[in-house]
Amino acid sequence: MIPVEFDYKKAISVEEALEALSSGDSKLLAGGYSLIPAMKLRLNQPSMLIDIGGIASLKGIEEEDGQIIIKAGTTHNDILNNDLIKTHLPFFHEAASMIGDVQVRNRGTIGGSLAHADPAADWPALVLVAEATIDVVGTGGKRNIKAADFFTGLFTTALAENEIITAIRIPIPANGSRMVYLKFENPASRFAVVGCAVLRSSDKKTTIAFTGVADYAFRDTAAEQVVSGKILDTNTIADAMNAAVYGVNVLSDNFASEDYRRHLAKVYLKRALQAIA
Amino acid sequence: MSTMNGMVGKSVKRVEDKRFVTGKGKYTDDIILPLQTYAYFVRSPYAHARIVNVDTGAAIDMPGVLAIYTGKDVEAINGVPCGWQVNFKNGDTMKEPKHPLLVADKVRHVGDAVAMVVAQTREQAKDAAQMVMVDYEELPVVVNAAEAVKPGAPQVHADVPNNICYDWELGNSKAEVDQAMLEAAHITSLEFVNQRMIANAIEPRSYNAFYDEANEKYTLYTSTQDPHLIRLLMSAFVLGIPEHKVRVIGPDVGGGFGSKGDHYAEEALLTWASQKVGRPIKWTAERSESFVSDAQGRDHVTKAEMGFDKEGKILALRVKTYANQGAYLGTFGPAVPTYLYGTLMQGLYTTPKINVDVTGVFTNTTVVDAYRGAGRPEATYLLERLIDLAALEMGMDPADIRFKNFVPPFDGTNQPGYQTQVALLYDSGNYEGVLRKGLSMLGYDDFRKKQQEATRNGKLLGVGFSTYIEACGLAPSAVAGALGARAGLYEMGQVRVQPTGKVTIYTGTHAHGQGHETTFAQVVADRLGIPMADIEIVHGDSDSMAFGMGTYGSRSLAVGGSAIVKSIDKVIEKGKKIAAHKLEANAGDMEFANGKFTVKGTDKSISFGDVALTAYVPHVYPADLEPGLDFTSFYDPTNFTYPFGCHIAVVEVDKETGKVELKRFIAVDDVGNIINPMIVEGQIHGGVAQGIGQALFEGAEFDSNGQLTNASYMDYCMPRADDLPMFETTNQVTPCPHNPLGAKGAGEAGTIGATPAVVNAVIDALWSGGHKVKDIRMPLTSERVWRAMQASVN
Ligand SMILES: Cc1cc2nc3c(=O)[nH]c(=O)nc-3n(C[C@H](O)[C@H](O)[C@H](O)COP(=O)(O)OP(=O)(O)OC[C@H]3O[C@@H](n4cnc5c(N)ncnc54)[C@H](O)[C@@H]3O)c2cc1C
Repeated sequence: MIPVEFDYKKAISVEEALEALSSGDSKLLAGGYSLIPAMKLRLNQPSMLIDIGGIASLKGIEEEDGQIIIKAGTTHNDILNNDLIKTHLPFFHEAASMIGDVQVRNRGTIGGSLAHADPAADWPALVLVAEATIDVVGTGGKRNIKAADFFTGLFTTALAENEIITAIRIPIPANGSRMVYLKFENPASRFAVVGCAVLRSSDKKTTIAFTGVADYAFRDTAAEQVVSGKILDTNTIADAMNAAVYGVNVLSDNFASEDYRRHLAKVYLKRALQAIA
Repeated sequence: MSTMNGMVGKSVKRVEDKRFVTGKGKYTDDIILPLQTYAYFVRSPYAHARIVNVDTGAAIDMPGVLAIYTGKDVEAINGVPCGWQVNFKNGDTMKEPKHPLLVADKVRHVGDAVAMVVAQTREQAKDAAQMVMVDYEELPVVVNAAEAVKPGAPQVHADVPNNICYDWELGNSKAEVDQAMLEAAHITSLEFVNQRMIANAIEPRSYNAFYDEANEKYTLYTSTQDPHLIRLLMSAFVLGIPEHKVRVIGPDVGGGFGSKGDHYAEEALLTWASQKVGRPIKWTAERSESFVSDAQGRDHVTKAEMGFDKEGKILALRVKTYANQGAYLGTFGPAVPTYLYGTLMQGLYTTPKINVDVTGVFTNTTVVDAYRGAGRPEATYLLERLIDLAALEMGMDPADIRFKNFVPPFDGTNQPGYQTQVALLYDSGNYEGVLRKGLSMLGYDDFRKKQQEATRNGKLLGVGFSTYIEACGLAPSAVAGALGARAGLYEMGQVRVQPTGKVTIYTGTHAHGQGHETTFAQVVADRLGIPMADIEIVHGDSDSMAFGMGTYGSRSLAVGGSAIVKSIDKVIEKGKKIAAHKLEANAGDMEFANGKFTVKGTDKSISFGDVALTAYVPHVYPADLEPGLDFTSFYDPTNFTYPFGCHIAVVEVDKETGKVELKRFIAVDDVGNIINPMIVEGQIHGGVAQGIGQALFEGAEFDSNGQLTNASYMDYCMPRADDLPMFETTNQVTPCPHNPLGAKGAGEAGTIGATPAVVNAVIDALWSGGHKVKDIRMPLTSERVWRAMQASVN
């Protein structure tokens, strides 16, 4: 529980953080609720932490041009309690309520969660179905990464070594859209064994994503195709269950084997579809 | 006899909580001594490996490092001893291989300590420990007790053939039981695992040792449940240093659950090294270290059979258990699966023939020792699973089958105690009473209707029962000795009346969350007729008090409290002589009540405080009486105490996912007389949560290489408040007939009763849906329950 020695720098602007990031073996520190435990177990041994927790421009939630913009440093708790979120993205509100406990929600940030890319984290499923884009800035300038392109492997993302996530842009779902996030928690860690997010517009276009199931969160396009444009009756839902998680390398651990996890994913897809039918 | 001033029986708020809830508790890790240094242990990453070489060259040059010790440095020192001897059936003594302070030749479990680094700071000690280079040659590993006894299994200790520490038997002969089984109309048989548990006290183990060179005296602060025992074992059996030159202090301790009852190698090492280094040395386990180095609990592989006549009356019980002792023997290790397990196989039932056969086995796993309940939960689990399952198999009602088999009520005074087939004499009991109470709280008839309705709606609702008994109040010394204990199990209680009438109580028990400072003070307040504020309870310091056996086995009130009562009686007796002299009366005419000594039939009286002052300022004083008012007593119980109760769980199982939802939990416990109902309720709540934890959430998972694969709270699931329903608890009171408080003990009841009730409820739920499942391995994770349903689709 004692990390190796490291230096600490508190950045007051994104520019300052970027500059510090380009020197040596440093790492950004946001809420610290993924990074610090890893450092205490000495799984991660950065020589310097750059604390971006005090950068004002990385905090807040805004509405702009039909999008909700969540700044990367916004905590889970701020998302939970935000009115724009409650109005336009109620399933972000639900998901936030399921992350960890009060302490975790008060410190952990959405940017930290996406950058960390834990296979069992909640936000990845939501940004995927909401077809969000992730704003990043690096020494080479700014770019936007589609959520669908962002997660590339176990704890790995499309983020370059010295890039910082600044914001997550989420198109506001059209009126009449229905959305849900359901999570089967690991009883010990309370992370997702299976998390299933579904967003369905009134014209029945449907996006579906899973987290916890594989190395990284993914859109289930096969299941999406089964339900998009169709009425969600028993048969369609059963077809979607059959189609779901096809060809996916499903995770296995002490708590849930591959077979069981696959089964749970299908059950949770069914329950999610029933909830918005 | 004094009259009560009414504290006993009241839910007095815990006096110790002021310091605990304001963060002012003083735990071992809070103690920082002048010139403090810190230790860090190099532990084996392998479960079984020969140590080829230990290279400390790079580490010793690291900043702040003061010393590094390896197995070679302590080869001449004894290992940590075992406090309880169990014999083979043929009379041979159990195998007791050395449990060295640091390992020199080969490591036998992940976490086995290979070297100790002492440095100026904790961080430096850890950094240097990572530079100690150990060359290991891996050896084959065995983790399962039933596998370890098979020919050709890896040998944990060269001189322990087939890894068998002992094989032991209790009860009627096998032939008698076989004969009785022949007459059975039905035999319920079950092969099952009582999984390994990790205590997970919130305070990790922590020790701080120093040597006072001028006075040639050692002091050890330790997070222990039994400071005097640690002093005795460490000074006399391990280090060979004079006992009177060792002071052991157990300050505030943040939970023990049995795992802090052991004398650990780290305690002795720090004490030994503090003299060599010449500075105090402190070590506090990291959580990941606690997972692999604290003594763990349970871990039985068992086959049990219960034979019934066609009416459901039990005819015989046959038990074969392989008990995993881990890589070495813990302080109480071999007692737990034998004398604290086999002796409980009578349960609450009149079973006429019982044979229990236990093989204690070494494996490449962490030491197994007492874990809350220690042996009694394992026995209760076995009996209560069998009887519930028998009811299902025979189409009988699980409550009826119990009523048919209960020992009838007896108070132990007018009716004699109940002699079991397995060595114990139950003191008093009313077993039907607790089940009746439980059934009415449940609303049993109504429940069965609801269950049928649930079945019709495609739901799985189940109820599980557990009617348990335990043996507490460890223990009559002569009995304990006959059973192999290498110590007596009496307790010491000293009552020191100060000149102003304030009272300091020294107890040899140790509180690590139980609230003794409150409960004991309530007893004293009533007996002496003084306010609780005038009483202080002191425990945990070997220099302040005569002796003590510590706290485990729910013994503190029944044994420790009784020792205090004995001393109080002596105080009152002497007080009467002093008062009589002052009031010019006969001591025989004095009575003591409400804090006053009165001459019977008169209004002539003198207060307790005045008597105390007179005792210390003996100007007007009986010529033949010593000054002072201070008594020390030792109380050796005449029997164990036998709390019992009935726990009932109601669960609903999610058909699609296998997830178990605990809907209700009812606990009716009979722990004898109750001093503080709130504290008893708290003990029951904590115990029940822990018992539910074993049923549904917890369990050490070792892989075939002996790696503990869930050694963190991300993976090892402790029960949390939101996993649990509001508990419905109540008590029945059948006083203990053989101790002055009539108290039986409440510390372990919850853990003992709860586990089988929950598992039985899940099995009942599955049967209600046509899944005739006999057993699901604990913890009942959703996947295991789901698989059980898949495998038994009707
Ligand atoms: C007890 C506990 C329970 C939890 N339960 C859940 C749960 O149920 N569901 C869930 O989803 N999560 C859970 N978490 C994780 C939690 O949500 C973390 O807060 C989150 O994953 C990381 O966010 P952070 O702000 O703490 O990031 P940090 O720990 O500070 O950083 C994590 C990583 O992201 C990098 N990083 C941080 N910010 C940025 C940025 N703006 N740009 C680029 N890189 C960045 C860091 O360098 C680091 O590598 C839990 C954590 C704990 C301790």
